Amino acid sequence: MDLKTLTYLVVGTTFLLYIYIAIRARASSTTDFYVAGGDVHPIANGMATAADWMSAASFISMAGLIAFLGYGGSVFLMGWTGGYVLLACCLAPYLRKFGKFTVPEFIGDRFYSKTARAVAVVCLIIASLTYVIGQMKGVGVAFSRFLELDYDTGLYVGMTIVFIYAVVGGMKGITYTQIAQYCVLIFAYTVPAVFISLELTGNASPQLGLGGTVADGTPLLDKLNTVIGELGFNEYTSTEGNRLNTFFYTMSLMIGTAGLPHVIVRFFTVPTVKDARSSAGWALVFIAILYTTAPAVAAMARLNLVDTMNPGQIGSAEGSLSYEARPQWFKNWEKTGLLSFEDKNGDGRIQYYNDKNPEFTATAESYGWNGSELTVDRDIIVLANPEIAKLPNWVIALVAAGGLAAALSTAAGLLLAISSAVSHDLVKGMIAPNISDSAELMVGRISMGVAIAVAGYLGLHPPGFAAGTVALAFGLAASSLFPAIMMGIFSKRINRAGAIAGMVSGISVTLLYIFQHKGIMFIPGTSFLGDMEPNWLGGITPNAFGTVGAIVNFTVAFAVSRVTAPPPQEIQELIESIRVPQGAGAATH
Amino acid sequence: MQGTKDGYWKANISLLVKIFIVWFIVSFGCGILFVDQLNQFSFLGYPLGFWFAQQGSIYAFVVLIFFYAWRMEAIDREYGVEE
Repeated sequence: MDLKTLTYLVVGTTFLLYIYIAIRARASSTTDFYVAGGDVHPIANGMATAADWMSAASFISMAGLIAFLGYGGSVFLMGWTGGYVLLACCLAPYLRKFGKFTVPEFIGDRFYSKTARAVAVVCLIIASLTYVIGQMKGVGVAFSRFLELDYDTGLYVGMTIVFIYAVVGGMKGITYTQIAQYCVLIFAYTVPAVFISLELTGNASPQLGLGGTVADGTPLLDKLNTVIGELGFNEYTSTEGNRLNTFFYTMSLMIGTAGLPHVIVRFFTVPTVKDARSSAGWALVFIAILYTTAPAVAAMARLNLVDTMNPGQIGSAEGSLSYEARPQWFKNWEKTGLLSFEDKNGDGRIQYYNDKNPEFTATAESYGWNGSELTVDRDIIVLANPEIAKLPNWVIALVAAGGLAAALSTAAGLLLAISSAVSHDLVKGMIAPNISDSAELMVGRISMGVAIAVAGYLGLHPPGFAAGTVALAFGLAASSLFPAIMMGIFSKRINRAGAIAGMVSGISVTLLYIFQHKGIMFIPGTSFLGDMEPNWLGGITPNAFGTVGAIVNFTVAFAVSRVTAPPPQEIQELIESIRVPQGAGAATH
Repeated sequence: MQGTKDGYWKANISLLVKIFIVWFIVSFGCGILFVDQLNQFSFLGYPLGFWFAQQGSIYAFVVLIFFYAWRMEAIDREYGVEE
């Protein structure tokens, strides 16, 4: 069976499965719709959280980024997992005890203010919507590549599928679909990794294979350092770079992880406070399987890529791969434009090296090289990896289904967070408090439909800032929601004025910093300071600035609360009650 | 009752402080601030600091959360505030 038919078959089967589950588990009440009836087993919830959390960015992009950044890519590994410790210990159990449906609802009640709730809704919608645009783009790219449709059609197909199962199923449908999606995506990620690890190091565990030795007995990481060093690249394990920025970047991703509403809301779906604690642990177990495999995929893919391009002694004419002899996967990806070759020195061979390294220029010239001739989009690494390693077609088809599962599950979770903010916080909480359960459900479904349409439209005309979008989503969540929730639980002194001032100033500082370097709403040419290192405050990149925003939020909230009246007695009692597990009922509204 | 609640909250906070010290050491400490010093040692074939940054910190996070859940359950029972 050829690859295309096989891909249709595998992707089609998984999709039928998702839709079947969504219809079987469709929501009939608002409790079902928002929090899956509040009776999801902690391990099942952990698995759903893992699928919810691991997006196209984790599945498709991350290993590719690490492959080219080496040690520098560690910020994603530590940042996107370490946040779960914050979530498990500082937020999840208390929010479960609080027992409401949404994050803005907690902020509104704890800070006894509709304004605070409205501010939280705005933060939530901006953060989630920007994140979901990136997912929609991922869905479009994956569909168009594997089903050989054009990008727009691929996106429509994706939108329709998300619409069916998110709108019909609500949280209940999404939860059970996400469990299936987790199984598909983790299988699709680990199978090729195991094959490649076996092939390179003889060790079936990629986690051990990364520390293992290659055929000639040298450790894999040493071999990689040597090989890419000979091509003028930084050593893979080199720790050069701004240490302060690495620190802030990691922290920003951690706080952002704990502050993203679609992840927090997951812990409202388990029956007890105890379950909320262990469920966060299970979520991280399921996430860790992918996150500890990713660095192995990254290093091995890099080594395979460099070895393929350099079949002989580096520097000799035969050392570089002849373009005529390029493998089939190379030709496949050339068609997408994501991999390209330009014969700069006219020798018909592919020279791939670091032409940005001034110390290597003389060496390159002595070899007769005239600039690096290969351009690789790092996002293709995970998708192309099984092809590079010459794995069978069914593995490649499986990876396609896995990438789609990752993108769709995250998109659905984010859309649900948006729709509950609109229907529950905005409409029921502020505009029409007397709305009936079924009308609220309808508003939730309509707002989800609108959110899909908006995200799809923006995904059709992507503003071209995938990485910036994700950074903004994390920065926003880190600088606004996380500090507000945490202080709401851990301090009795933070009051309404402090929380609102904190959220507004935290978000503003982060937005201002991102906009001043990346342009207002990312429009090129509107940045008032260029996006270059000398302009960065203490060398901190805009992507890492969420940490500073969070610090500002905490500081302002404390200062303002100090000089204004403490929260009223009933709020003090509310905090006391959140802090103990006793008496947690099902989530209500 | 108030005494119980205060004691419970103190026990909770002191557990959190311990957990976040370890959390900080395995990631920011071993993986970022002292990565060069640790890279002089080798562990499972990896330079040690690199291992912490790309593997060890993640395993430690998982252990930390389950440790937290397990200890909190004990604290809940000790102060009689379990569900």
